[in-house]
Formats: sequence, structure tokens, C-alpha cells
Amino acid sequence: MRWLKAAIGEIYGLFVDDGHFALAIVVWLLFIWLGVSLLPDLAAWGGIVFFLGLAAILLANTRQGARR
Amino acid sequence: MIVNWAHAWPSATAAFLASLVEFVEALTIVLAVGTVRGWRGALVGAGAAVAVLLLAVLLLGPLLTDIPLRTVQLVVGGLLLLFGMRWLRKAILRAAGVIPLHDEEAAFAKESAALRSLGGGGRWDKVGIATAFKITLLEGLEVVFIVIAVGAGGSGLLVPASLGALAALFVVVLLGVLVHRPLSTIPENMFKFIVGVLLSAFGAFWAGEGMGLAWPGEDWSIPGLVAGFLVVSLLAVRLCRDRGVGTARS
Repeated sequence: MRWLKAAIGEIYGLFVDDGHFALAIVVWLLFIWLGVSLLPDLAAWGGIVFFLGLAAILLANTRQGARR
Repeated sequence: MIVNWAHAWPSATAAFLASLVEFVEALTIVLAVGTVRGWRGALVGAGAAVAVLLLAVLLLGPLLTDIPLRTVQLVVGGLLLLFGMRWLRKAILRAAGVIPLHDEEAAFAKESAALRSLGGGGRWDKVGIATAFKITLLEGLEVVFIVIAVGAGGSGLLVPASLGALAALFVVVLLGVLVHRPLSTIPENMFKFIVGVLLSAFGAFWAGEGMGLAWPGEDWSIPGLVAGFLVVSLLAVRLCRDRGVGTARS
């Protein structure tokens, strides 16, 4: 069981370093997905909006990281 | 097989650079095992891990083709986004001096000291084999994920991505054999920075495709995303430096 826990921990660590950062990316992805599913017309601008949100998450998190 | 060159070159480059960084990290530990515990254990452990990884790719790889492309793009794109932006975040903080740079010489010295303190040894050294197996499996798992992720978004992309990773393996093994010590002169953080930008761009593109988003210029928006992530990352480095955090913390 211990090796399984360690393996899961290693795989989790591939994608998650800062929990808040990873959560913000997942929430933003789900938000855009839900938005496009409910309002298909948004898809035309969706790519640009999606990127801008990711850029904002990156800037905010790294600034916060520098302040800590 | 039709290769889309808007994707093929970035796929091969991303796979090459990302794999290079992972293989350099694996090489450092395998060299430490070989130097301290003996080369038989180091090579057997690393070879067994490569065999396990190849088996996993051969067994799981064909399953991907049975899943609808949109689902693969969304899931793999989302994971790639998490993976790439995690690298990018760390590379930005390292470039700004907020966290220390990764030091292969220090990693080699630390691992060597730890291996020396452990007993055992002999012809089939369990400690040496297990250490080389674990590090090769872990770093190799990342390489396999990167190759599948950057190659899963379109037809014919797995080949350039695999070639990129194989080229990196060849370069690192060759350098390892030639210099026989950790490759500490490789500008690892710069590579991680570039790879983070490329993987984030690919991840955003695939996830967007999977969600049904429209990208201006379609496939050619990938270079645009690369440029966008690069500009934002350079801005982030500057903003972090302006915060007055000039010295690295451990």
C-alpha cells in the first residue's frame, strides 16, 4: 500500500506544485467549458478569453509567490 | 501520413527540450549510483525502468485511439496545461531569484552521500538497482506523458514528438558517456522556461479545441499562443524582480 501511495503522490506532483495555482487553472477551464456549453455563441471569442484568463492566473500567482 | 507543420516542429522541439531536462536529471542520479554502488546495478535498474516504460506505452498507447479525439484533446490538454504552467511558474520564480536554481552538482553530491551511507552491495546491489530504477521510471514517466500529450492532439504528431524525445535521449546518453559527470553546465532553467511556454501553449490549444473554442487562424494560433505565454512570462519575471526579492531562498 505504501508504494501505491508514493506512486500516486509522485503522479499528483507532476501536475500540482502549488495547490491554489492548479485549482485556479482547473476552475477557469471548467468555467469556460460551462460557458461555451450554455452559450455556444461565446465560442468565437472563447480562445482569446481562455488565454487571457490563464495569463492573469500566472501573473497573479507568481507575484504572490514573490511576495511570500 | 500527413504531418501538420504548424504542430510538428513545435511538438518535436517541446518534446526534445522537455525530455532533455528530464534525462539530465535522471542521468545525475544514475551516475551517482554507478559511481558509488557500481555500474551493474545502475545500468540494470535504469534498463529495467526503460523496459517497463516501453511496455506501458505499447499497452496503453493504442487505447488512446479508441477514445474520441475531442475527449483526448480536452483531458490531455487540461493535464498538459497543469504540467506546463507548473514548470513555467517555477522557471519564472527561479529566473526572478525567488527560489534557488536547480543544481545538478549539488544533487549528485547529495545522492552520492546518501548512497554511501547505505549498507549492502555485492554483485546484485539491491539499493543501486532500486535507486536507478525509481529515478529512471519517474523521469521517464514524465517524458512519456510529454510525448503522448504533445503528440495526442492531431494525426501524425506522435512521430515528431517521439523523435524529439529520442534525440534528447541520444544527446544525454552521449554526453553522459563522454563527460562521465553531471551535466551542470546545461542552462536547465532556461530550457524549463522555454518548455513551460511551449507546453502551456499546446495545453491551452488542445484544451480549447476539446471544449470547442474557436482559435483565430486555427492551427496557426499555436505560435501566437507561444508568443503570448512568452511575453506574459517575461513580464512576470520582471514584476517578481520589482517586488524587491533579489536573493534566492532555499
